[in-house]
Amino acid sequence: MNSDSKTIHPIWLRLNHWVNLLALTILVLSGWRIYNAAPIFAFSFPGQIVLGDWLGGALLWHFAAMWLLFFNGLIYLFLNIVTGRFKTRFFPLRPRDLLHDFTAALKGKLTHDTPSEYNAVQKLAYLFVIADVILLVLSGLVVWKSVQFPLLRDLMGDYDNARIVHFCAMAALLAFAAIHVVMVALVPRTLLMMIRGR
Amino acid sequence: MKKDFDKAIVIQEALKELPSSARRLFMKRAVTLGGLSLLSGCAVTDKDSAERMLRKISTLNDDFQAWLFDPNKLAPTYPESMITRPVPFNAFYDRDEIPEIDESDFLLEVSGLVADKHSWPLQELYQLPQTDQVTRHICVEGWSAIGKWGGVTFSTFLKRIGADLTAKYVGFKCEDDYYTSIDMPTALHAQTLLAFTYDGRILPPEYGYPMKLRMPTKLGYKNPKHIAAIFVTNTNPGGYWEDKGYNWFGGI
Repeated sequence: MNSDSKTIHPIWLRLNHWVNLLALTILVLSGWRIYNAAPIFAFSFPGQIVLGDWLGGALLWHFAAMWLLFFNGLIYLFLNIVTGRFKTRFFPLRPRDLLHDFTAALKGKLTHDTPSEYNAVQKLAYLFVIADVILLVLSGLVVWKSVQFPLLRDLMGDYDNARIVHFCAMAALLAFAAIHVVMVALVPRTLLMMIRGR
Repeated sequence: MKKDFDKAIVIQEALKELPSSARRLFMKRAVTLGGLSLLSGCAVTDKDSAERMLRKISTLNDDFQAWLFDPNKLAPTYPESMITRPVPFNAFYDRDEIPEIDESDFLLEVSGLVADKHSWPLQELYQLPQTDQVTRHICVEGWSAIGKWGGVTFSTFLKRIGADLTAKYVGFKCEDDYYTSIDMPTALHAQTLLAFTYDGRILPPEYGYPMKLRMPTKLGYKNPKHIAAIFVTNTNPGGYWEDKGYNWFGGI
């Protein structure tokens, strides 16, 4: 096998990625409808783009898709750790490399010559979004079950605050998604890699 | 000649119209239940079967919550200084439809798997040992409010009426035609109160006079107001909002 045909993303990772996209899309769109029932800030999400005809429908979607996200996420973390992929793809992550790659990216000079390796900015972005989804799950647990998870509730600063954390983590996820999609548009090969593996 | 010309225009217009309406249709479908199920590749082709699937998952979520529920875990209590003033009025109807109940002809009915089925006048209920608590009320909509409710611990009342404590459910019928039901473990939770007072005064009409079931371990819609009848059963009686699609367990 030459380097061109070598699989960069194993099949489990690709499946995991697209299931994750599906779960998060349902969760975000239904989450907007749930938010609209009692907005935290001075705005609501337009009714045409939310998922769920009414609050009850949105809640059904949200509490179904959460299991998809949860189990898919567990599989992702488990396989990443046991295959050693987590260690080899994301580390080492040095501040010096980060500064260098970030500057190069701003100048449009960051190359993707070795698709088998993430550059430092990618490493940080992906680690960030993993942490952000974990925060979404933990803050979501407090919004859902503030009595059953007292330690998490205290960490989030009680129920009302957990809603704000949950919302902000969603906004951070969308910010990541926006940049992620722009990057994929700039380097379309990465999209093919996430579909066929190489 | 004119006819052909008209026809051409019509076809031209139709063609122009087609992509945009097809686009609209696609967008419309993409955000509906059916559209997402198509996206997921499940064998779900219409809104009804998507709804059935989601309700099934909601029932599984009931079981999960019953498993997660710890009867010994208490909801946080707050100092009186943190009470939300005023606690919002919330019902499936407007203020002007709040039921007007007269103490003199009110009787609480008790039925089902209980030994003592006599009806209770309010004064007799007030004789039971009273307690109060300042807890957070969380609405399914997302807002919350801290309030002070007082009354008899519900487990005390259930024991007093000789309820079968191994039964699965306790159901409630209300003066405003609301109805709901809860699981027995939550009914026996130390903070589950049959509440007659709010903030030290007899429960005002908007908060559920003459009594409401107050559970800081369940969402607002599980806390029935204007209770007229209580029954113990092994058949799930459902609930007003639950039958429309809210999760039955509704635990916090």
